[in-house]
Amino acid sequence: MESHSHEFVQRAGAALHNPTLQQALGRAKDGFVLKRFNAVSALSEYEALRDRAVQIKNHTLEHLDHYLLRYEEAVRRNGGVVHWAADAEEARNIVRDICRKAEARSVIKGKSMVGEEVGVNEALEEAGLEVVETDLGEYIIQLAEEPPSHIIAPAIHKTREEISDLFHRFHAKYGYTQRLTEVPDLVNEARQVLRQKYLSADVGITGANFLVAENGCNIIVTNEGNGDLTSTLPRVHIVTAGIEKVVPNMEDTTTLLRLLGRSATGQDITSYTTLFSGPRREGDPDGPQEYHVVLIDNGRSTMLADEFREMLRCIRCGACMNHCPVYGAIGGHAYGWVYPGPMGSVLTPLTLGLREAKDLPNACTLNGRCQEVCPVRIPLPDLLRNLRHRQFQARMGTKRSRWGLALWGWLARRPAMYRLATRVQARLLAGMGGKRGHISKLPLGGNWMAGGRVMPVPEGETFMSAWKKRQGGRG
Amino acid sequence: MTTPDTQGPKVGLLVTCLVDAFRPNIGFATVRLLEQAGCTVEVPQQQTCCGQPAYNSGDNITAAELARSVITAFEGYDYLVSPSGSCIGSVHKYPDLFQQSPEWESRARHLADRSYELFSFLTDVLGANDTIRARFEGKATYHDSCSGLRQLGIKRQPRALLQQVEGLKLVEMEDAEVCCGFGGTFCVKYPEISGRMVDDKAQAAQASGADTLLGGDLGCLLNMAGRLKAAGSPVRVYHTAEVLADMAHGPGLGDGEER
Repeated sequence: MESHSHEFVQRAGAALHNPTLQQALGRAKDGFVLKRFNAVSALSEYEALRDRAVQIKNHTLEHLDHYLLRYEEAVRRNGGVVHWAADAEEARNIVRDICRKAEARSVIKGKSMVGEEVGVNEALEEAGLEVVETDLGEYIIQLAEEPPSHIIAPAIHKTREEISDLFHRFHAKYGYTQRLTEVPDLVNEARQVLRQKYLSADVGITGANFLVAENGCNIIVTNEGNGDLTSTLPRVHIVTAGIEKVVPNMEDTTTLLRLLGRSATGQDITSYTTLFSGPRREGDPDGPQEYHVVLIDNGRSTMLADEFREMLRCIRCGACMNHCPVYGAIGGHAYGWVYPGPMGSVLTPLTLGLREAKDLPNACTLNGRCQEVCPVRIPLPDLLRNLRHRQFQARMGTKRSRWGLALWGWLARRPAMYRLATRVQARLLAGMGGKRGHISKLPLGGNWMAGGRVMPVPEGETFMSAWKKRQGGRG
Repeated sequence: MTTPDTQGPKVGLLVTCLVDAFRPNIGFATVRLLEQAGCTVEVPQQQTCCGQPAYNSGDNITAAELARSVITAFEGYDYLVSPSGSCIGSVHKYPDLFQQSPEWESRARHLADRSYELFSFLTDVLGANDTIRARFEGKATYHDSCSGLRQLGIKRQPRALLQQVEGLKLVEMEDAEVCCGFGGTFCVKYPEISGRMVDDKAQAAQASGADTLLGGDLGCLLNMAGRLKAAGSPVRVYHTAEVLADMAHGPGLGDGEER
């Protein structure tokens, strides 16, 4: 997927002025927040579960090499093949080669964010294969030729009318010419179209929520059951997964599963939790003939070694974006890459570079709501601040803001001078406000008011000078 | 550390740069509340700002210098208190700035341990639950500022104190815990996004039926007052300390002398 993170400001602006998107965002945000709140409130051991999850993830990350090798060995024992991809290009090549060797023509896919990250679809389509997404949300945005705007609900930004239009346009070739408007009808039509795709596909590609080291199991959760069909019906099953997805054993996995559903959609557990442990064995009635796992690094081992390691605890529940007021205002596409919201604002600069994604660490008020809801307690605001520190050290940011900060810092270290400057400024602004008490224009630039605000002006005298007078009077 | 010959704890007031420049009334209200609760209050003259703008902009060196200056200025007091959860949150982060210097890290931690936001100091530390002598006619709603709420767990304290104000009726607004979009430099760098966020907040405040909006952090209050005044809203905006100290009878933030 191509990054548009450098266009953040323009995209955010467009999103704010898109009434359809705003309507969709308003609906979605409230639903997820309330559902999660109810689900975690009903679970008395929720906090203890979070602590346990943090321990599990930290332990695994500390011994990541060990668990990955154990996992690989277990997959091999089960008859599968593990491939290692250092970066996105290598991952694409591996997936393409497997499809070529299998002489595949059509591919179906379950939702996989890492698949989006490395660009699996584009690579396969370029190689002449037909690729169809089977998660309903992913399918909708595939028809619309758009990237996902949310990691749990990829088409959350689409309204029913837009989806109705898309289906009407694309399903005619399958004989569905009637324009549908009701949700159940739309879902049914997509189901009919996808059913044919399932039956004719040569390769099925899924992501992974967890890779279990002790038995080589791959676990995915869905609410549509599309993951099961994608992985069992075609001759070949390919799993794409980031290396941080490995978990030591089944017991640990259940802890994380209990947090995942509740944090993501407010469900105690998702409708389908599917475990795969390799290709069809002799006597099995179904399952793929070949089973491949592509373990993708793509910057993760670098994160493992630096101050961003905690980000690798992320289990991709999306709670941070559901609760982020900035995401709630502008939606996922403004962030310009696969992962939006707070977790994306950490991941994108680390994967694509600080310059490409220079706005993302800054487009956050550090309000901390994301950290409050993160099931694995990732200190997202601290990580974003660390990225700002890196940017500062690399002398990024506009000249004006850097000079402004430098001047302020210089003054703040000189109390007498600082107090004089504050007094002058307070007097000036108070004078400008006159009797109204607020002003709508600032003399020295500053576009703070652009968002439809005015600035309340100072009282006129500073506290420090008034205090001095009061103390003088007392003494 | 209170010595027997003094009345109560000796408190150093961290005024906050915004209170100093924009709304001294909040500083004086804080002093009154602390004195009513039996503290001796002093205002160290060396202070300027807690350093948060530098810290949040990634300029850790300037942030550390300002932190050292705050530590030096306030070390001699029993407590450091400030009418801002955001600035106290910042003081609590000081130890992180001195990972290379054990001596400063320990001094920073020592200060952080004795640094409190005003409302939590009055209730959690002093247990001063019956020292409020104030009257305020109105229906008020309270915005939970993010730093105070999430870094310091301040939610119940200001509400408990406001219960003691005669004439004041407290109503809750929707999404009281959602950020108002101020975020320090955020509102300057991304004014449009910030504008949308504060718009939501202003609407929630008005929809609550309150005629007064209160909070514990001047940054957020300036932001919200700015939006309300631009929309011509009659909702008045005060820092909670002003109401608690019975010093909220003049114009609200952004109101001027006309009303």
